[in-house]
Amino acid sequence: MQYKSQAVAKPYFIAAIGLFIGQILFGLIMGLQYVVGDFLFPAIPFNIARMVHTNLLIVWLLFGFMGAAYYMVPEESETELYSPRLAMALFWIFLVAGALTIVGYLMVPYAKLAEMTGNDLLATMGREFLEQPLLTKVGIVIVALGFLFNLTLTLLKGRKTSISLVLLMGLWGLAVFFLFSFYNPENLVKDKFYWWWVVHLWVEGVWELILGALLAFVLIKVTGVDREVIEKWLYVIITLTLITGIIGTGHHYFWIGTPAYWKWWGSIFSALEPIPFFAMTVFAFNMVNRRRRDHPNRAATLWALGTGVMAFLGAGVWGFLHTLAPVNYYTHGTQITAAHGHMAFYGAYVMVVLTIISYAMPVLRGRAANSNRAQVVEMWSFWLMTISMVFITLFLTAAGVLQVWLQRFSTSPLPFMVVQDQISLFYWMREVTGVIFLLGLVAYVASFFVKGEAATLASSTSGRAGIGTQPA
Amino acid sequence: MSGTFSKSMARNVFYGGTAFFVLLFLALSFDTQQALPQRDNRANLTPAVAAGKKIWEVNNCIGCHTLLGEGAYYAPELGNVYKRRGPDFIKVWIKNQPTKVPGRRQMPQFNLTDKQLDDLVEFLKYTSEIDTNNWPPNIEG
Repeated sequence: MQYKSQAVAKPYFIAAIGLFIGQILFGLIMGLQYVVGDFLFPAIPFNIARMVHTNLLIVWLLFGFMGAAYYMVPEESETELYSPRLAMALFWIFLVAGALTIVGYLMVPYAKLAEMTGNDLLATMGREFLEQPLLTKVGIVIVALGFLFNLTLTLLKGRKTSISLVLLMGLWGLAVFFLFSFYNPENLVKDKFYWWWVVHLWVEGVWELILGALLAFVLIKVTGVDREVIEKWLYVIITLTLITGIIGTGHHYFWIGTPAYWKWWGSIFSALEPIPFFAMTVFAFNMVNRRRRDHPNRAATLWALGTGVMAFLGAGVWGFLHTLAPVNYYTHGTQITAAHGHMAFYGAYVMVVLTIISYAMPVLRGRAANSNRAQVVEMWSFWLMTISMVFITLFLTAAGVLQVWLQRFSTSPLPFMVVQDQISLFYWMREVTGVIFLLGLVAYVASFFVKGEAATLASSTSGRAGIGTQPA
Repeated sequence: MSGTFSKSMARNVFYGGTAFFVLLFLALSFDTQQALPQRDNRANLTPAVAAGKKIWEVNNCIGCHTLLGEGAYYAPELGNVYKRRGPDFIKVWIKNQPTKVPGRRQMPQFNLTDKQLDDLVEFLKYTSEIDTNNWPPNIEG
């Protein structure tokens, strides 16, 4: 660790992993409720479990992004963080607010929670992914502003690299677009139209800037490839992302009351959205192949390569699968969407956060890389979680294809619940695969506790180009 | 990507390209706002509909159902439920939850008043009359 203040990243990463575990446990509850409908009812109805599952995902990824930024920006800027104390204060505020929100979901009926937390002052709740009470939403804005203030001032007083500029642009974009979550007009069409300005412009827009910056940072560290090359790639990738992804928002405007021309704009531009992900995969492999050092942290390299591949498959290929309007007419709002959502979030955002944690955590714990044994366990967790997620996606896709056929496409369409019963086999297989994912996650957590002799940069550097032996 | 294409060129393409597509997106969004009155059924957006939307929200209906295809995929699409089932069925159905059929997916009891049920039905009626480019493909949603 080059700068003392980078240490504030550590609690953020630990919190992220803790919330990740919660997310997966609630995912397994929901998965079982798909086939055993009254499981845990009425204690935890499906809608509550889902809210906890998705909100925990968002919050833990945000913890991951914030930890990553606190780790990266001082190092990139070559200066200490503007205020480590502010970073720690915001950590506790965010963690406590997040925990109280989840407890609120679980302990209080949602309508009661809305009443208690001022939803009558400004109705923002009850919309997918934006279910948080008004107080929590305001808290998120305050935390985000403090966080951005801290990082922006750090950047301004130090070296301004492209990686930290792109990261900061992504994070500012994240905060700015979140403000649309406060706009909830009575007109349902307008509500939905601007709801996507948060959801789509996050995950298919500014979050990809964050993703690119994290990946570029880790690739510089583990490959030793020239920064100029990596940063040029980064700009190319995020250019492709935004010129396809912004108008690509139109693929959500096919069937919600918006004009029919969105079918053309949305189909054409979102069909191009796989390109930046493909570029990212090529980028990651290219840089690792051209590496000028063999970094001892092989697990981090594996996660970085995996991010490229899985983001391309989940966000790129599975997104393309149902993005053309004539296809989406039949697949919209089916298990196909669920399949895409799972692999895209895992492949792009979960994996990139695990990449930066994999790289940074050993450094934060005072070593260049974990022991070989610890890395082997971590790599086991990589394969268990990644392969499970591939199969979860395949099973949900199979369920979705059958659902589309039976409920939407057939000449004698069947009712929703009848169809759900007919495809339950695939939900069972998804649930079993979900348990294997959990085992992968257990292995992941365990890898932090595996002892052994820590690897050092010098001892394992083969010195391919004779440089890059100094600790990064 | 070697040779003459430098990092600063890549950066300029990024800023230029992003600015262009942001502006194009804003122009399309502006045009959409102008076109919405003909499509979004706002003529029937009564206070009852607005109240119904709020009931929809504070009970987190989207946590199980889809509405115009968006939401959770655990329970039926409700954008066209007014046309599929009619107002009376909807109200009786909600009042009688949960079914308590063993192993079947359960919908909670929300204890809505008659007025709230009427408002919710009005909201679902209004939603079913939005011009959705003919989605969903059939009445089953």
